Amino acid sequence: MTTFEAILLTIVTASTPLLIAAMGELVTERSGVLNLGVEGMMAMGAACSFAAAVTFDSTLLGVAAGMLAGTLMAALFALLVLGFAANQTGSGLALTIFGLGLSGLIGAPFVGARRDPVAPVDIPVLSDIPMIGRLFFEQDLFVYASIVLTVLVGLYLTRTRSGLTLRSIGENHTSANALGLPVRRVRFFAILFGGACAGLAGAYLALVYTRFWSPGMTAGRGWIALALVVFAAWRPGWALVGAYIFGAATVLQLHAQAAQFGVPSQLLSAVPYLATILALLLLSIRHGRAIGAPGSLGAPFVPDR
Amino acid sequence: MFSGKVFGALAGAAIVALSATGAAAQAKDKIKVGFIYVGPVGDHGWSYQHDQGRKAIEKALGDKVSTTFVESVPEADSERAIEQLARTGHDLIFTTSFGFMEPTIKVAKKYPNIKFEHATGFKRAPNLSTYAAKFHEGRYIIGQIAGKMTKTNTIGYVGAFPIPEVIAGINAFFLGAQSVNPNVKIKVVWANTWYDPAKEGDAAKALLDQGVDMLAQHTDSPAPIQAAEARGKFGFGQASDMERFAPKAQLTAIVDNWSDYYVARAKAVLDGSWKSEDTWGGLAAHMVVMSPYKNMPDDVKKMAEETEAAIKSGKLNPFKCPVVGQDGKEIECKGSGALSDEQVLGMNFYVKGIEDKIPQ
Repeated sequence: MTTFEAILLTIVTASTPLLIAAMGELVTERSGVLNLGVEGMMAMGAACSFAAAVTFDSTLLGVAAGMLAGTLMAALFALLVLGFAANQTGSGLALTIFGLGLSGLIGAPFVGARRDPVAPVDIPVLSDIPMIGRLFFEQDLFVYASIVLTVLVGLYLTRTRSGLTLRSIGENHTSANALGLPVRRVRFFAILFGGACAGLAGAYLALVYTRFWSPGMTAGRGWIALALVVFAAWRPGWALVGAYIFGAATVLQLHAQAAQFGVPSQLLSAVPYLATILALLLLSIRHGRAIGAPGSLGAPFVPDR
Repeated sequence: MFSGKVFGALAGAAIVALSATGAAAQAKDKIKVGFIYVGPVGDHGWSYQHDQGRKAIEKALGDKVSTTFVESVPEADSERAIEQLARTGHDLIFTTSFGFMEPTIKVAKKYPNIKFEHATGFKRAPNLSTYAAKFHEGRYIIGQIAGKMTKTNTIGYVGAFPIPEVIAGINAFFLGAQSVNPNVKIKVVWANTWYDPAKEGDAAKALLDQGVDMLAQHTDSPAPIQAAEARGKFGFGQASDMERFAPKAQLTAIVDNWSDYYVARAKAVLDGSWKSEDTWGGLAAHMVVMSPYKNMPDDVKKMAEETEAAIKSGKLNPFKCPVVGQDGKEIECKGSGALSDEQVLGMNFYVKGIEDKIPQ
């Protein structure tokens, strides 16, 4: 394996959890709901997936538990913002704090346990192609799943009736409601989808990326996923590109240090965030407001008002 | 970041808030000892080891003592947590992160009858002691092991932040390696975090990808050594024994052992002999302990044990003069035969042979 291949492999691993979590949040936001609880849902996903995987010695059950945990957290959020029309920003922040605390409690008995690596899927012959072989044909299942997920979300949003409904609800929930569209039901499922994805991203962190649990191990990746959705202008394809840019920025700056290029590491660490600010700036210069931002994003919806 | 235990600990502390506070410096029958941790006790590193010390007090002193801890206390908000412990009848309070220094000073002034102990700081008061450990002694030993065992002549170091404590560690590690292998080179990667397992792991992978086959770390999670294990390379545990995460890769670990010190200080408060002091103990004081040397040839193990013994007996100082800086000039020797404590605690230069710059 050449250094180049090794770097690319690390970038893929670093980008995948960001992509999965961002894809979930993207769908939630396209329905007009801003869920700032990604970090908390992700932490819960990581804790519960690791607990289940160790208890039952099964990666599959671990993944299921992680997604379920994320979904349940999202359901709680949905209850607040849809059921009680609570402020979305406040509820989302509360969800993050709650999720980080609760995940610490759930994960406490599992601190210090470890799991063996999840074996990558090796597609014979193709994985032997020089340079790109291992990159494209010898990854773990999560990586392929994240790409499939991106394609499916893209198709769903742009090519299906249900996707159109979801987008129109996100653009203007009052009009959508007047047209008889089930605003709260669609949003409920969009929020749950976001939770399941955040849970899956957490499971990836705990089971594949680090292979142990410790409190707060998500270390801000939920927030990066949120930034990514904005960076991608709410488009799945761009979220994929963005996730890999963010992942590459993180990994390459570490390599630049190891190779003693003499670039300040603190600056490089900030690159993903600078890129987001820059993207927002460029988009708003051209269009007056951030293009792609759903019209009703973040506004509470109360029927018959 | 607050976890359930924080609330539990604070609530527990609040219940006993009614008990009497403060007393003169004399022998006591029973004391309460409180701890403030910067991270979660489950971090398997820094805070975990301090909590082991708390448990050691309970074990050693039994029903003469009760302990409380508050974990994951943000440094900016620590004054409130420290004051909370002070108000709830604690006789001895340990604040276990450098960033707790100013808040500890402030609270200590307000409560002159309570004894305070601040880890890794340098400001003292009549009722406030400081303590730290000479981790660089251990780093010199692991440097020698790495220098002996490396096949690529390239050793790696994952650092958290370019602060004196970490830089002194890198220098000690490299000086150790150089003492047994003049051709050795070092690569340093800064994670810019104490604790982000995924990023620490990526930093380790970056080093391994670039030809490093011996990995030392000064960040808190076992992710770097685990990355070494996955690649069939070697590493060293940090703060606590990380063997279970890397049974084949861990050569040894530099373990922070606060237990003896904590028990001694609690006893001192019990019998009224507590005084404000500055303690900086290393291998000899058992504040730094090397976990068993494993996965290495016998001759390397023998060398490591001999070096450990030499440091313990005071025959060997990792920063013995002359210490040469990157520019080839000797560093002024302010200690006797070695750099002074102040020079080590404030170290802001790389030694000769490290072909890198400290990020400003």
